[in-house]
Amino acid sequence: MSDLFVWLNDQLLRMQWLADLVTVLVRDGFSLDPASQIGGSVHFFIYDVIKIFILLSVLIFSISYVQSYFPPERTRRILGQRQGLGANVLAALLGTITPFCSCSSIPLFIGFTSAGLPLAVTFSFLISSPLVDLASVILLASIFNWSIALAYVTIGLVLAVLGGTLIGYLKLENQVEAFVFQSPVSDHDHDGAISRRERLTYATDQVTEIVHRVWIYILIGVGVGAAIHNWIPETFISVVLGQDKWWSVLVATVAGVPMYADIFGTLPIAEALVQKGVGLGTALTFMMAVTALSLPSMIMLKRVVKLPLLAVFIGIVTVGIILIGYIFNATAHLFV
Amino acid sequence: MIIKILGSGCKKCVALGENAKAAAQAAAIDAKIEKVTDIVAIASYGIMSTPGLVIDEKVVSSGRVLSASEIGALLKGS
Repeated sequence: MSDLFVWLNDQLLRMQWLADLVTVLVRDGFSLDPASQIGGSVHFFIYDVIKIFILLSVLIFSISYVQSYFPPERTRRILGQRQGLGANVLAALLGTITPFCSCSSIPLFIGFTSAGLPLAVTFSFLISSPLVDLASVILLASIFNWSIALAYVTIGLVLAVLGGTLIGYLKLENQVEAFVFQSPVSDHDHDGAISRRERLTYATDQVTEIVHRVWIYILIGVGVGAAIHNWIPETFISVVLGQDKWWSVLVATVAGVPMYADIFGTLPIAEALVQKGVGLGTALTFMMAVTALSLPSMIMLKRVVKLPLLAVFIGIVTVGIILIGYIFNATAHLFV
Repeated sequence: MIIKILGSGCKKCVALGENAKAAAQAAAIDAKIEKVTDIVAIASYGIMSTPGLVIDEKVVSSGRVLSASEIGALLKGS
């Protein structure tokens, strides 16, 4: 039984067959030694790009099918029925399965707030949405392993619940632009009326749309990963980001926050960093910093909330991911 | 009659705009079709998923590309 699981995991998730195939291609097709610097980079690039695109397409398709049952209007209704911590937990969980890119944070924020959802719940959702989604969990399991993937989700959800709750306690409702509360609440909900064919079309459309949006980040991410993997001297990386350097998590945060990339693009970078001896916590902090906070989405949020609330949001999330980095670095031996 | 297409310029919004145009032509209605692309303006209509369709300032659909015949039915109703 466990042998079968290991085999399925290696072949379907880690795609060992693909790695072997690419090795043959690099050796016989390009006449490069896969163990050499160039050969190794070419292998890393081809293998990671193909693997991420296959997994991404399959995952987005299945997840979008599930998502078609949870349009934002329904999420809002479900959340409106709960109160207190339970609502925050639910918001964080729904954040993992709701279609979301930084471009839809504004409509969701206005839609939730104008319908009377507390800021605590809305922010739990806003933190969890880009940070944790089912596709990234499976990819984490593919690149690292299942315990790291599950630990990442758990910690991402805890950060979302605590961050949202904290924002709720600070009573910052007066820091939201007034027009947000005056926006009408429209409730066009199609979740009951959609046929299976429409859900399948929706899922296919999502795959095309998301692949179209993120392919460039994946290519850049894998390219950077391949460069780190074989060209940047290990001594240089360990001086800046080494496990024994207390500042490594801070460097990863400062480098990651302004960056704008999809989690699928940052995974190969994290993968290469960990292979070069960077602490797991440092790599995860970098991933979270890139995906949870980005300049474009901050600029958009600034249009609906005033600076103090935006600063509190950025502050809480930043401190949270720094803490996560240190906790993971201190306990990494449990996961590898 | 003013028909507004709410969406930040995605493929679906273009498709919805074309269906709306076809529906108005088929129903022989003199409709002006406007695109609303500013995300805050879109959200001010209260919708959370694009594309949205607004007929004479009333939101009639969001998150879906309606076919020309569906829009035709809505045009008659308003």
